Amino acid sequence: MNEIQPSSSAAVFKGVRRALPIVLGYVPIGFAYGVLAGKSGISAANTVLMSLIVFAGSAQFIAVGLFASGTGPAVVILTTFVVNLRHLLMAASLAPYLAKWSRRRQAFFAYELTDETFALHSTTTRDLSDCPLEALSLNVTVQISWVLGSALGVVASNLIGDVKPLGLDYALSAMFIGLLVSQCTSLVRVATAVFSGLLATALYLAGWHQFHIIAATVAGATFGLAVEQWTRR
Amino acid sequence: MDQTLILLTMVGMGVVTYLPRLLPILFLSGRTLKPLMVAWLRLVPPAVLAAMLLPALLVPEKRVDLSFDNIFFWTALVAFPVSWKSKSLFATVLVGMGLVALARYCGLGN
Repeated sequence: MNEIQPSSSAAVFKGVRRALPIVLGYVPIGFAYGVLAGKSGISAANTVLMSLIVFAGSAQFIAVGLFASGTGPAVVILTTFVVNLRHLLMAASLAPYLAKWSRRRQAFFAYELTDETFALHSTTTRDLSDCPLEALSLNVTVQISWVLGSALGVVASNLIGDVKPLGLDYALSAMFIGLLVSQCTSLVRVATAVFSGLLATALYLAGWHQFHIIAATVAGATFGLAVEQWTRR
Repeated sequence: MDQTLILLTMVGMGVVTYLPRLLPILFLSGRTLKPLMVAWLRLVPPAVLAAMLLPALLVPEKRVDLSFDNIFFWTALVAFPVSWKSKSLFATVLVGMGLVALARYCGLGN
């Protein structure tokens, strides 16, 4: 675990550097979360702790709304579970590249597996496999920025009425756009994304407000695989 | 709600969030998966990102809205080519948030 190689500081530094685009998105989103939580009656300590313990953007926003409306713990936890179940697919997708890692590092890595760290790591699977330090350093950097953004939001929640004029509520979508484009390296992958995105939208319109993401992902990847196998013949 | 109860609830949220992130890594990383399974898992990233993104762009409220009031959608039409050309996540996030802020400053959207 503690073997120090000559290149280890370079790996840590590279991880921090690669994390910066996500940091640029996480600070404003964390800030918006902190403002919202601060206004909804959750204590400052709990607001920041949630970013440390849960570390899942959309689920934290939803939980703030549920807490504010006085929803009971069981429903909050169940909702969080459903909203975050999509990480099951992400973890499965990255698992083959973590085969050489120690169990302890795998467990640490999994703790900070978010939509964004997942998307970034899956574009550089060789680095992920060969350099645990770089990947972990990237993960830790983005979580620090998330916690920091949350704390700033709590502090500012008395001063700021609304985060919308700053465009902060678009940070998540903008990040997804950038991450999605970097994933679209072939026609099959573009087709997969279009199919999955449109299906998710249709399911959402049909009233599936949590499971639409998982269902569309499974269907989209299956569709893409079928296209891939079919065109290969 | 009581702050101690909120804290305990958060611990529960943490557990149900961590397990789906952890278990597939622990159980699948040591195994040799079938090539077809690996090919399927490789398509999960574009599928899941699009599934999270598109509803947020197309359905701001309860129905599909492609009017100029839906600045998230129109901004995306700029952000996609910016991302494609620049290959930069940084530039994409800056342009996206900047355009949304600008549109609201000009009185568009809500």
